[in-house]
Amino acid sequence: MLAEIRAKVEGGKRLDRADGRWLLTDAPLLDLGSLAQEMRFRMHPEKQVSFVIDSNPNYTNVCITDCQFCAFYRKPGHPEAWTLTVEQVLEKVESAAKGGATTVLLQGGHNPALPLDYYMSIVRETRRRFPQVTPHFFTASEIMTMADVSGLSMPEVLTCLKTAGQTTLPGGGAEVLSERVRKRIEPKKGGPRAWLDVHREAHRQGFKSTATMMYGHVEAPDDIVDHWEAIRDLQDEHGGFTAFVPWSFKPGNTLLEKWIKTYQGPNAYLRMLAASRLYLDNFAHVQASWFSEGKRAGQVALHWGADDFGGTLFEENVHAAADYVNKTTVDEIVILIREAGFTPVQRTTDYEIIKVY
Amino acid sequence: MEARLLAVDTAPVLVRDSRLSPVWDKVRTGQRLGREDGLLLFETEDLHGLGGMANFAKSRLHGDQVFFVLNRYINPTNVCVLSCSFCDFARKKGEAGAFENSIEDVLDMIKPGTREAHIVGGHHPDWPFDYFERMIEAIHAARPETQIKAFTAAEIDYFWRRWKIEPLEALTRLKKAGLHSMPGGGAEIFSRRLQKELHYTGKANADRWLEIHGIAHSLGIKTNATMLYGHIETMAERVEHLLRLREQQDKSGGFLTFIPLAYQIGDTKLVPRQTPPTDDLRTIAASRLLLDNFPHIEAYWVMIGEETASVALHFGASDVNGTLEDEKIAHAAKAASPAGLAQEQILRMIKDAGKVAVERDALYNVVKVWS
Repeated sequence: MLAEIRAKVEGGKRLDRADGRWLLTDAPLLDLGSLAQEMRFRMHPEKQVSFVIDSNPNYTNVCITDCQFCAFYRKPGHPEAWTLTVEQVLEKVESAAKGGATTVLLQGGHNPALPLDYYMSIVRETRRRFPQVTPHFFTASEIMTMADVSGLSMPEVLTCLKTAGQTTLPGGGAEVLSERVRKRIEPKKGGPRAWLDVHREAHRQGFKSTATMMYGHVEAPDDIVDHWEAIRDLQDEHGGFTAFVPWSFKPGNTLLEKWIKTYQGPNAYLRMLAASRLYLDNFAHVQASWFSEGKRAGQVALHWGADDFGGTLFEENVHAAADYVNKTTVDEIVILIREAGFTPVQRTTDYEIIKVY
Repeated sequence: MEARLLAVDTAPVLVRDSRLSPVWDKVRTGQRLGREDGLLLFETEDLHGLGGMANFAKSRLHGDQVFFVLNRYINPTNVCVLSCSFCDFARKKGEAGAFENSIEDVLDMIKPGTREAHIVGGHHPDWPFDYFERMIEAIHAARPETQIKAFTAAEIDYFWRRWKIEPLEALTRLKKAGLHSMPGGGAEIFSRRLQKELHYTGKANADRWLEIHGIAHSLGIKTNATMLYGHIETMAERVEHLLRLREQQDKSGGFLTFIPLAYQIGDTKLVPRQTPPTDDLRTIAASRLLLDNFPHIEAYWVMIGEETASVALHFGASDVNGTLEDEKIAHAAKAASPAGLAQEQILRMIKDAGKVAVERDALYNVVKVWS
């Protein structure tokens, strides 16, 4: 099987579902890493690893979706619920911009009390006041919430945001794009279609976006392959995905914690990255995260098919709510990439290189 | 331990660095690697090829099995006459933070059912040899089920320097008192240059360290070996260290496990940062390949972290040490790992790598196979 897959990879042929399952369950970890590196270097011959200076603030933790894996949200009216004003959000953008951020990844709960104008004002004012910052705002399910509260269609909402100055969407909220998994852990967020439709429409309108995956809870290998298939097909349509970003589920303080006590470890992460690199042949970038899996595991992951090291994440609250905290600085990111044997390069939200260290 | 070779799936290891091909031929056919091969292992950029070869060598010895022990760390004292540049643990007598445990204190530290007690300490100038002898006797009497792994070759050497007790006599008496095995610490790096530069000239040098292990082996005392890496040593010094150990093992044959120790920067800061995980994986793999006569190479999670230790199980490591309750030396140097892991976490580390966890005793007798 390894020889077959190797021949496909070397011949530039697409892997199929059986290949994908085997990569996830049986492929020897080192051979898998070796193949993934071969593909990574064919796509990006330079021994460079990119990163972005960014921040990951949130505008509200109010949410009506009750996802089982989430430690961050509070129901409307809960004493710990909070929502920032437009000006408060812009203060966070300002503080990120002062730290050198070129990307602000803004996300929040599904808060039915917020009008579409709130979101559009944040985009417009970010563009006006901080032209150096790309507003990488609002995941697919937040776009759907905006459609619900405004009475506009989802494509109309995207057009509004685009008019306000938005050009990219973050890929969060995909979890695992499989009917079975989403029914189990996030029944109110809709099936895989909901996420895919928003990204398809966004790509059609010229937005770029990322695709994410949160694994390590109730999914089986087939669900992962479903996920890959769905995003690979969508990428064939418009090519709007910049990168694929997987991370492992952190059970702290979530409803799923009762059943799933621990998160999957570094070997599972390396396998996921390398297998994704091989399967997602039409994705330019695969991101390893110093943040979600730990700095040292992140360094090792740069040898398992990833060519990007994520962002500096000056602010992060969602993992923190699950008692998972990890911090860094630009200087440290540069050192971590160098120690792993690569040249660090700073990129934009769209993966354009702006500085070689 | 007899090196019984298992049949392994001989699917060719993907070697991308063509310079590794002759090395792989040797590994595959069971030929010994030379110094030049060793240097290449520390130099190649083909981390997967290197790991694949080491994994092959490991699988041939132990299949999918990875060993661990339920153990307890005991440091009877941190008072030490030495001033090694890499050490955050030692204190001078009377200095703030210095501690001295009585035999009763030590007995209190060992819970019933502890499989192995790992006992190492400073070179205390006032504690006579018979204090240590009585300590071992008392532990053995109180906890006969606990195997006692105690005193590095450096400490045995100090009994000679301080009390003129020959290593043969010291080890004979300690064995009689209940000593089962010896830890591998105090080897640091076998290099005259570094001995001077890092101020461990007052400690057993390479020849003496190896001599003492040879004596232990001749008495039937199994021992471990270590190497402190990731500070200011060269790759050639690492290879030299490994070759000296291999040579000694050919002569006396009593080494069980080689444990590469990643230098913790702590407050001694010989280098600005701890060596990266890729270097840990490389060192473990190169050790597995060079030390063809050592039964086990260990991924010591205390020094390299649980994540890297878990990945290292694909790079030739067949042991993760153990639960290490109350580890103090690495933690004095601010090791980021927890001081002691629950058995559950050890099992997870092994399972995450897809390996079979085998609980062992200090002498690698199998206690339980966790499937």
